[in-house]
Amino acid sequence: MATLQVTVNGSDRSISDIDPNTPLLWALRDHLGMVGTKFGCGKGLCGACTVHMNGVAIRSCSTPVSAAVGQSITTIEGLAEGNSDLHPLQEAWMEEDVPQCGYCQAGQLMNAAALLKSNPKPSDADIDNAMAGNLCRCGTYTRIRKAIHSAAAKGGAA
Amino acid sequence: MNKDLYDYELIPDVDMPAEFVARENARSAAAAEETDASIPRRRFLKLTGIAGGGLALAFAIGRSQRVHGAHHGGGHAPFAPNSFIQIKPDGSIVLAAKNPEVGQGVKTFLPMILAEELEAPWESVMIEQSDIDRDRFGIQSAGGSQSTPRNWNLLREAGAVARTMLVTAAAQSWGVDASKCKADQGFVVNESTGAKLSYGELATAAAKLPVPDAKSVTLKERSEFKLLGKFVAGVDNRDLVTGQPLFGIDQNLPGMRYAVYVKCPSFGGAVKRANLEELKGLPGVVDAFILKGNSVDGQLMPGVAILARSTYEAFQAEKALQVSWDKGPASSESWIDFKEQARELTSKPGPVTESQGDMDAAISGADKTVDAFYTYPFLSHSNLEPQNCTAWYRDGKMQLWAPSQTPQAIAGMLANLLDIEQDDVEITQLRIGGGFGRRLINDFVCEAAAIAKRVDYPVKLMWNREADMAHDFYRVGGFHNLKGTLDSKGKLTGFQDRTIVFTQPSNPKRPVRGGNVRAANVQCPEIPNVRIETHQIPLQVPCGWWRAPGSCALGWVFQSFIHEMAVAADRDHLEFLLEQFGEPRWMKEGDARAFNTERAINVTKLAAEKGDWGKRMKKGQGRGLSFYFSHLGYFAEVAEVTVDDSNRVTVDRVVVAADVGMLLNPAGGENQVEGSVVDGLSTLAGQEISFEEGAVRQSNFDDYPLLRMPSTPKIEMHWMTTDHSPTGLGEPAFPPLAAAVTNAIHDATGKRIRTMPISKEGFQVV
Ligand code: FES
Ligand code: FES
Repeated sequence: MATLQVTVNGSDRSISDIDPNTPLLWALRDHLGMVGTKFGCGKGLCGACTVHMNGVAIRSCSTPVSAAVGQSITTIEGLAEGNSDLHPLQEAWMEEDVPQCGYCQAGQLMNAAALLKSNPKPSDADIDNAMAGNLCRCGTYTRIRKAIHSAAAKGGAA
Repeated sequence: MNKDLYDYELIPDVDMPAEFVARENARSAAAAEETDASIPRRRFLKLTGIAGGGLALAFAIGRSQRVHGAHHGGGHAPFAPNSFIQIKPDGSIVLAAKNPEVGQGVKTFLPMILAEELEAPWESVMIEQSDIDRDRFGIQSAGGSQSTPRNWNLLREAGAVARTMLVTAAAQSWGVDASKCKADQGFVVNESTGAKLSYGELATAAAKLPVPDAKSVTLKERSEFKLLGKFVAGVDNRDLVTGQPLFGIDQNLPGMRYAVYVKCPSFGGAVKRANLEELKGLPGVVDAFILKGNSVDGQLMPGVAILARSTYEAFQAEKALQVSWDKGPASSESWIDFKEQARELTSKPGPVTESQGDMDAAISGADKTVDAFYTYPFLSHSNLEPQNCTAWYRDGKMQLWAPSQTPQAIAGMLANLLDIEQDDVEITQLRIGGGFGRRLINDFVCEAAAIAKRVDYPVKLMWNREADMAHDFYRVGGFHNLKGTLDSKGKLTGFQDRTIVFTQPSNPKRPVRGGNVRAANVQCPEIPNVRIETHQIPLQVPCGWWRAPGSCALGWVFQSFIHEMAVAADRDHLEFLLEQFGEPRWMKEGDARAFNTERAINVTKLAAEKGDWGKRMKKGQGRGLSFYFSHLGYFAEVAEVTVDDSNRVTVDRVVVAADVGMLLNPAGGENQVEGSVVDGLSTLAGQEISFEEGAVRQSNFDDYPLLRMPSTPKIEMHWMTTDHSPTGLGEPAFPPLAAAVTNAIHDATGKRIRTMPISKEGFQVV
């Protein structure tokens, strides 16, 4: 058991009495009470647990919390940056009414945000490639594509 | 003509989950009466000892959702003519969302129905997820695409009652006749003077009026609708995209512990011994014990509960668990054996369960006969949110945060299982990360409650993905040995299905859930000679309702076989299919459950037209057509595919034509259709649950793949608007999809697929 320091959404958080092997997913959900990041498979297969580590999309179910020490983690709760209320992708998601059950959407958004950072005007094929690791059991893929395009058109890399 | 056979009433209603809810409710009510006549009639009363502390400590999830700019407060009593609507003197309007939200959009569109008839501006209403209370909200369930048909009139009337009372209140204050006043988006307008009073201003006066009979009020004409039919985004969207706690898995309580519950991999097996003491010494583990369970289908199976300070520690402890199981009777079952047995049985005549005309004569007089053996596997629901439930037992009360599709069935079940009073069970409904029929069964709720009853702190039961896949209530697999006969003119004269019906020990006389096969499911009323023969096989592996129960598999089998017959007759599939519907008619006038060939014909023609039916395609490309009527909805679909030399299939486009009366909310409704198409492709591409020694072999999304974004086709939807009452969309777009695709593959390659998933026949969806 250890006490670890992690930067989550810009604030320094201390997690005490934690097994350093605990996946970042459960450290966020159980130890920090940040439940926006979801558990789907626990094996890197579904993307529901996607967060950013230093701006790069990672699967938090397969990343031990110890690997996040000293790194900057962004979760869905902190996706909107700076003064804006919502990230352009979040706005697009609401406008296009992307969610069905909504359970996968935090992971989809985090993955899409990382995509737009590196590729602000992705093609359909770019989106398909980048998003292929994120499952949606409800099948909202068409709308996800559309929402990513619409956020990109509005300069969604923000 | 055999009346039963073509009554067509039973098509969508085979195994309707609604029946299940009604049955459970009846059971609970009966149980309550037996145990204590003095128990108050209303169950789940909100006050059962937790109104004070509990909720304040919990995340406030499952409560009100603000749509836009509504205000709280106001000292006067609200105007609340029924359980669904509250208007406060400050003008705020709160509408109840009564049913569980599983992604079908019900939390948005049921309140839309209220708002429409109430003439309330959508931007200013608040939506509140309601309590579970049969007396106040009627049946509260998410299943069978029933939310729309069951609530359409109920909620319209509820809204119209409130509107009528507000108009009356305004008329009285102006001293004019109510017919001179009109409700308009939150106001009542005096049509002679142009004066206006807001609903908030009228609330106090309206609250004093007698509530008129719901049947006496005037409903709006469809042409007067302002909200229904518009694209209205989900009321939870903002919370969803910002990661707010909404789901069962998000529930968090002070002092809560995390539980796993490990059952025998082979269904129904009992625990002989487990290394409990060792587990209790593991980091973070706070308790471990064995539950014997009641082994009632859908309730509590034997298992080992492990409680820890965190989910991870509970999962880790599970890895260290050593159990010696007393494997139950299911351990003799394997999918391979069933396949052999079914082949063998269906090759021989079986007991005739339905018959019309003279099938033997059709066979002997046939110009051409086609035989085909179809088979499809078991499926898992694989909700992306694994099963979970949070429970807190204290002072004799059981409080539950349950992502259940049938929350009203829970109290009665727990009363029997845990020896507590139904009135002492309180359930908060939460948003559900995918339903598809899995959570119509409350086994995971029973587990959480049984564990919570043993300890003195709140418990969140969490299944991992592997447990979720290993302990589902599966879509049953099936086998159909079909025979079709054609006369010299290429007319379909006979149809025979020698099939298997599985039964379960819990109900050996009835087919498993979603496992019945009826002649009416063929949906071709013009075939003169029909015979269904069903062999029975007992099965222990638990089966459940899976999106469009029955239809989800039969739609593929029958619509593919009709195409086979058209090909054998060397006739155009569209023309051949339309011929099977016959004259436009409603098999039972006025009964939405009865097949309406007019609607079938119209959607089929529309899909064909929009899907470029008959247009030439390039080599390697193909087009397929399919139709199915299920869960009150009429759907025809055309798929276009490209198949390369290595049998790699690209589904290029799916065209959907639908008649569900009226599309209430294109936002949620079209999402359901797109999702059904993707789901249909997922299942046909590569999903199969198989089992050996009574244990499921698949464990996660690597061996049970879900369709991914790159394989998603272009999906086009065309909606017919008819005068029929609107019906649900969670299911009916699913059944036609598979046959549209396999018929298209046949068109492209000449190869007929008769085994699902198509990976079994060497095809790969890319
Ligand atoms: S939960 Fe991490 S990828 Fe599925
Ligand atoms: S919206 Fe349900 S899993 Fe994606």
